[in-house]
Amino acid sequence: MTNSSRSAPLFIGAAVACIFGFGYTLSLIFYQTPLSAGPLYFNQKIFYYHVPCAFMLFLAVIVCGIASIKYLRGRDQRWDDVSVAAAEVSVVFGTIVMVTGVLWAKPAWGKWWVWDARLTSALLLWMTMIAYQLVRKYGGAGSERLASGLGIFAMVNIPLVYSSTRLWKTNHPSANTVPSLDPSMRAALWFSVLLFTVFFILLLRLRINARRNERRLYECREMALDAGIF
Amino acid sequence: MEFLRYVKVLAWKDVRVEFRSREIIYTMSFFAAMVVLLFSFAFLKQSATSNDMTGSSEHSPGFIWVAVLFAGTLGLSRAFDRERETGTMRALLLAPIPRAAIFLGKSVAIAIMVLVVQAVVVPLVALFFDAPLFTHPLALVCTLVLGTIGFSVVGAVFAAMLIKTGSRDVLLPVVLYPILVPLFIAAIKATAAMLDGALGDSWFWIRFLAVYDTIFLIAALWTFESLVIE
Repeated sequence: MTNSSRSAPLFIGAAVACIFGFGYTLSLIFYQTPLSAGPLYFNQKIFYYHVPCAFMLFLAVIVCGIASIKYLRGRDQRWDDVSVAAAEVSVVFGTIVMVTGVLWAKPAWGKWWVWDARLTSALLLWMTMIAYQLVRKYGGAGSERLASGLGIFAMVNIPLVYSSTRLWKTNHPSANTVPSLDPSMRAALWFSVLLFTVFFILLLRLRINARRNERRLYECREMALDAGIF
Repeated sequence: MEFLRYVKVLAWKDVRVEFRSREIIYTMSFFAAMVVLLFSFAFLKQSATSNDMTGSSEHSPGFIWVAVLFAGTLGLSRAFDRERETGTMRALLLAPIPRAAIFLGKSVAIAIMVLVVQAVVVPLVALFFDAPLFTHPLALVCTLVLGTIGFSVVGAVFAAMLIKTGSRDVLLPVVLYPILVPLFIAAIKATAAMLDGALGDSWFWIRFLAVYDTIFLIAALWTFESLVIE
């Protein structure tokens, strides 16, 4: 209790910063960066949300994997809370990545979806994290261990999925398009990445706290049952 | 050395139990053959020259691996169900042997069963689709064996974790398949390259399979101890 109330001002501060930050990115993206030349034109704007969300997807999976290892090592419930929260957040960011990616791909490539290395690996990562949610929801007792196993294997799987799909002909703009961008576009992108990182941490904390409270409530109920109150 | 002896004894136990009833091998092989048959109905093409329906060999790597994957999943859940029904899993865990030996013994036994299924499926596909699968026997055997090892290692970890879970039959493929995708891609690519006569590509993917197997063998040996605790 003390821990969460002590960090409350920081938390609220970060939330407020996020709200203003989102407003500022809107101004950055729509007024201060040039429109893309060529067929993409206005559609290019989606890039400022798509790329940061993809970063957050990977970050969330890595956080989930590391927290799972920590949980299996020490059986500390707090690490389990972190891995559940990260997995949930990764599904959210994964969904955003998929939707924005598909919207962008149609005008850029003429197709909603292509089987490219990055698309495939992001899709698989997203699917793995959905599997994680299914395990949590329907696994019953002992699903924490199974889920943490899945979290670890998902993290280990990232480079393998990526390299196995890389040899297919790649369509996706490569990572080194970023340095070639107009400076104002680059600034907007990095600002967006920073903003999404703060937002990610915020969501993560929120979910961790919710999990913690849920567990505490459950424990209280158990104690009350033992004491014969209910 | 002692460790390998344990692995051998445990694997031999499973294989012996299986060869007394032949339940898993028969059902898996039949199921795999049925999957191949269903695929051939879906992908048959009207021949250009005659009135016959013929199968084209271009899809055959996919048929082999999908059939093996599906049948293997059936075998996995059955192999662990058997331990649960008779309570032998507890006996194994209580035995004064390293957990890793139990895991490896189980993986070896499952790998043997999957190899038996492949011995049925591969000739069947070669027959139905007129696929020249046996022109490069060494590459074929390497692909099949390495693919089987990867499947059994990852499969045994997740099946062992799911042993106490209620909805394990549904959850096993949900957690297993996303992790197996790189293996699946590499195995299919290796087989397809072999069919095209591109042996260089085939060996590249075989090496990829070896890397996948090594990484997940290490990850599985490292996590099995803490994942499967009664």
